[in-house]
Amino acid sequence: MAGRVVTITSGKGGVGKTTLTANLGAALAMRGQRVVVIDADVGLRNLDVMLGLENRIVYDLVDVIEGRCRLRQGLVRHKQLPELYLLPAAQTRDKSAVQPEDMVRICDELRGDHDVVLIDSPAGIEQGFRYAMEPADEIIIVTNPEVSAARDADRVIGLIEAEEKGPARLVINRLEPSMVSKGHMLGVADVVELLAIDLIGVVPEDSNALIAANRGQPLALSNNRSRAGHAFHNIAGRLLGEEVDFQPLRQPRVFERLLRFVSPERS
Amino acid sequence: MITESVAIKGIRQGLLVTLRKGEWSCLLAALEAHLTENPTFFSGGRMAVDVGDRCLMPSQIEAMRSLAAHHEVELWAVVSSNEETQAEARGAGLVTELAPTRAHQPPGEGDEPADRALVRQGTLRSGQTVRHPGHVVIIGDVNPGAEVVAGGSVVVWGRLRGLVHAGVLGDELAVICALDLAPTQLRIGGHFSRSPEERWSRPVPEKASVVDGRIVAVAWPGE
Repeated sequence: MAGRVVTITSGKGGVGKTTLTANLGAALAMRGQRVVVIDADVGLRNLDVMLGLENRIVYDLVDVIEGRCRLRQGLVRHKQLPELYLLPAAQTRDKSAVQPEDMVRICDELRGDHDVVLIDSPAGIEQGFRYAMEPADEIIIVTNPEVSAARDADRVIGLIEAEEKGPARLVINRLEPSMVSKGHMLGVADVVELLAIDLIGVVPEDSNALIAANRGQPLALSNNRSRAGHAFHNIAGRLLGEEVDFQPLRQPRVFERLLRFVSPERS
Repeated sequence: MITESVAIKGIRQGLLVTLRKGEWSCLLAALEAHLTENPTFFSGGRMAVDVGDRCLMPSQIEAMRSLAAHHEVELWAVVSSNEETQAEARGAGLVTELAPTRAHQPPGEGDEPADRALVRQGTLRSGQTVRHPGHVVIIGDVNPGAEVVAGGSVVVWGRLRGLVHAGVLGDELAVICALDLAPTQLRIGGHFSRSPEERWSRPVPEKASVVDGRIVAVAWPGE
């Protein structure tokens, strides 16, 4: 069976697209999937750093497109996971070096030998977003539980729907349950209600994620799983069609349960 | 909004202007009159023009484009059954076929009265705009950052959190209804208002209209 191409995008920058791509790639590879992650953020590459592969890059996406190397030569194998490959972005070029057709051609070639191709889309809705979206069979939208990120996600979903791409599914990243319960942060229900697409994962705020990114060691790889690491594995499972329950982020206190009982419409 | 010669209606990709029978110069003048009369309605929008079977010169297409641009409207498509016109339009970098839409009226049929309501199914998302000279019905939510601009009234069978301008052509009797009326801003004719900062915990359907020069929302249906 030919592999599927999943593009990870958000509209707003800094919400965790690259973190999700790195961790989802690792989690899928740990489940025995043959995975390629493509860093489509030409000019601002990051995915190699998060995967700890920065010093192994010889060729990049633009080299492949412009024929300076074969696709296979451009792929960097992960040091621990033999089934995880990275196609890095060029750092010295910009987004005009890539056309949507180039991405389609590369992905079609990768589909043959791999189960999943993950594309880490650049932020924004310009050319980079367009070429990252073009080859996608499925789309994952990443957002944070905040108003501006949700608004940008909504805009991007509108563009995807207009192109009749999709289905797009939602990951809510960096949720802090304690802030939600105090009413300082949007909750999962608020975001899902606004965006009206299927939820595929909720990743809690976790300071380990930052440490892991700096070390180039995705959380999903670590043995003693953090909360966020768990969430990434759950998303990988759902992407493969497994039924994974959404974990309650925090046990409601007795008082809150009572409140919910008294006024059910507020829950 | 509707005259014998020029018909305007909202389609999925913006506005569709149909130029019917008549002298070309008269038609352009009529179109310009529309654009000049209602800048709020047109400004910032996109326009496709259906010219029927007319054979247009490149200069005529260019004239249409600059007329539109002058009023801050983007001319993006020229639809015609005339092959030469199609070729010229393509040469000018314009689209010549409107994509098949999921809207209720197939585009190209410019014969409907402009006061026929435009029905749109599905959520209107941030950055999306619906413009129509008649009434507009949205079956779904209007999210923050989305816009509905209507000559007539607007009914949202869902949550209204974006911006709605009803009666944009001057109809102060236009109303705006929604199952949950929590817009960023409402405008009816020349009036505008925003939602109160405080919200009721439980949304009820409401209808907004102009009363004594102010936009007022009451429960819908009322007593």
